Amino acid sequence: MFEEVGTTTEGDLMINVGPQHPSTHGVLHLVITLRGETIIKVEPHLGYIHRSIEKMCESLSYRQFIYVTSRMDYLSSHINNHGCALCVEKGLQIEIPERAKVIRVLMDELTRLASHQLWWGAMAMDVGALTPFFHAFRERETINEIMEETCGARLTMNYMVPGGVMYDLHPNFQKRVKDFITLFKSKIDEYDEMVTGNVIFQNRMKDVGFISKEDAISYGCTGPTARASDVSCDIRKLFPYEVYDKLDFHEITATDGDCFARYMVRVQEMRQSLSIVEQLIDIIPEGDFQAKTKAVLKLPKGEFYSRVETARGEFGVYIISEGGTTPYRIKFRSPGFSNLSALDHMARGHKIGDLVAIMGTLDLVIPDIDR
Amino acid sequence: MFSLESITNSIHTWLNNTFNPTLALIFEFVIVGISVITLFAVLGLILVFMERKVSAYMQIRLGPNRVGFKGILQTLADTLKLAVKEGLTPDGADKFLFNLAPFVVMIVAMLILAPIPFAKGFQIWDINIGVLYVSAVSSVSVIGILMAGWASNNKYSLLGAMRSGAQIVSYELSAGLSIISIVVLTGSLQISQIVASQENGWWIFKGHIPAIISFVIFIIAVTAETNRAPFDLAEAESELTAGFHTEYSGMKFALFFLAEYVNIFIVCSIGAILFLGGWMPLHIGSWQGFNHVMDYIPSSVWFFAKVFFLIFVIMWFRWTFPRLRIDQLLNLEWKYLLPISMVNLLLMTLIAIMGWHF
Repeated sequence: MFEEVGTTTEGDLMINVGPQHPSTHGVLHLVITLRGETIIKVEPHLGYIHRSIEKMCESLSYRQFIYVTSRMDYLSSHINNHGCALCVEKGLQIEIPERAKVIRVLMDELTRLASHQLWWGAMAMDVGALTPFFHAFRERETINEIMEETCGARLTMNYMVPGGVMYDLHPNFQKRVKDFITLFKSKIDEYDEMVTGNVIFQNRMKDVGFISKEDAISYGCTGPTARASDVSCDIRKLFPYEVYDKLDFHEITATDGDCFARYMVRVQEMRQSLSIVEQLIDIIPEGDFQAKTKAVLKLPKGEFYSRVETARGEFGVYIISEGGTTPYRIKFRSPGFSNLSALDHMARGHKIGDLVAIMGTLDLVIPDIDR
Repeated sequence: MFSLESITNSIHTWLNNTFNPTLALIFEFVIVGISVITLFAVLGLILVFMERKVSAYMQIRLGPNRVGFKGILQTLADTLKLAVKEGLTPDGADKFLFNLAPFVVMIVAMLILAPIPFAKGFQIWDINIGVLYVSAVSSVSVIGILMAGWASNNKYSLLGAMRSGAQIVSYELSAGLSIISIVVLTGSLQISQIVASQENGWWIFKGHIPAIISFVIFIIAVTAETNRAPFDLAEAESELTAGFHTEYSGMKFALFFLAEYVNIFIVCSIGAILFLGGWMPLHIGSWQGFNHVMDYIPSSVWFFAKVFFLIFVIMWFRWTFPRLRIDQLLNLEWKYLLPISMVNLLLMTLIAIMGWHF
């Protein structure tokens, strides 16, 4: 398939990057072939943390299986839960209360912000600047505290259940989120000053890891990775769920398709998420936070699919039900897996230092890839 | 002006009066040797601690604050930890070269300490080609690094060593040219004379434009030569995990680590000597009163203040900048720094000949 560039010759160096390597952001194993410092081929090897989550879900009830998905893309656990809850609700044809919808969107966007903040710090760390990582964590901590107060967890939230959300918001929620908005508005400008404007950083990112619009589509890339190549794929815009169709926000796209474009898309998405949170925080409707559902859920016989936009791209949940209390078959479509498949295409011909930068802009979360 | 010269002189006289000249010389060698090793250890402790505090300050963290007052004994604890760790030699490594490499790097760092004047008249060896000696000896350390990387039997180490070779050899050119530009101004290679020539003002002020250009080039080049960020490609932890010293543990690693910090101290001292007057107090032309007041501050304080200021600048780089890529690094040197420093050397020569400096 890739004969011309991918062929190895004698004298080429084969290096194992990972499964324990600081830049693979988890247990990812890449076998790379180098000629000098130039990458000839990258082969991702998966399977080090495979937990067969989809198989596990088949023995769990429709209320239980959502918890497992928090452990997949642990930086977008709210959004993963959201996708599963949506799919079950679709099967049961439940209409959830307005308040729950707004809370869900608020939580989703806060999660996206926290995820992008972590990514931003890790991205800078990948190209050798350690300091931004700590600065990003300082702001992320405020979101984590909000989450901890409302959901009782900081990372694997399990807050969304079929029919709405599990508990009502904490009384401090609105005040804390407003404080966060004021804080983060100044900090995101600081982010730009510290990293985006840096000459070394721009030189490391521009014209590196290019992927064209056609290739991005054919590799199945989604999320900021595809949007940086001018693919319009924001599920929140294309197939709006909850209250996204009533909100005023933009789908961020870029045309360059290189690492810097992917970087800029994510940074601008942070501003968009912040604006969504700002729009919703004052208009959380009163009412129930959960629709009335039965204690044991039974989906009618059939196939159901729902999708949401996580911080990394499209997350799809596909349930085949035989009418019982547990799903007959579940398949998750996780964004990281398809994005990772384009890594080899992006990295060929670049230097080994660029591989790290490209992996950084793909925003890999390994349990999301290796379910 | 208070100086340490009297101490060194009295020791020298006492030794010569008590023993025959050969024995006195041997005793002096021993004293100097012990002092250098002590200085090596003390500098390592101080600089590692300083690095942590500076990085903590930049990264809104606290830094070490438990062991001793404000964590000041932290590096001692680290040393203890490194000392009791097992020094592994990987299977399949070239054992002799693998074990030799850290010593080569360390001995080179110790050798360059020789011509550095720590205070007025407090210098191990005032050789008449001091600057040349420093540039010549400092380039030997790359052999140690290449040795370490090649002998480790590890591909990451090999890549790191190759990068380091390309990097150090290239950046030595710019560093050398900017050193020569000051030699052109002074007209001497002897470090004591270079310091003495700055009695009525430091070269960075007296040599104005070309001196500032060479100072900037010098700082960039020596940052690269000491493998410090943003030029830390030899160890590049996000790409090569640790580069040339991946396989080193315990004291063998500590020797590389110590040598790196002492090298920073050395290059910053050279920078301070050439551009900021070494131990020379801040003197301004013919302002007798002002110059006299400045003389009250001991020369060693001047020297260490300047050196540690430059060290702080280099640490500041490390905790702010992302890392360059290897081709960008070489481009910067060969396409920008080297041509600029060559032109700058011509400019400097012109200024020296025409006497356009202060």
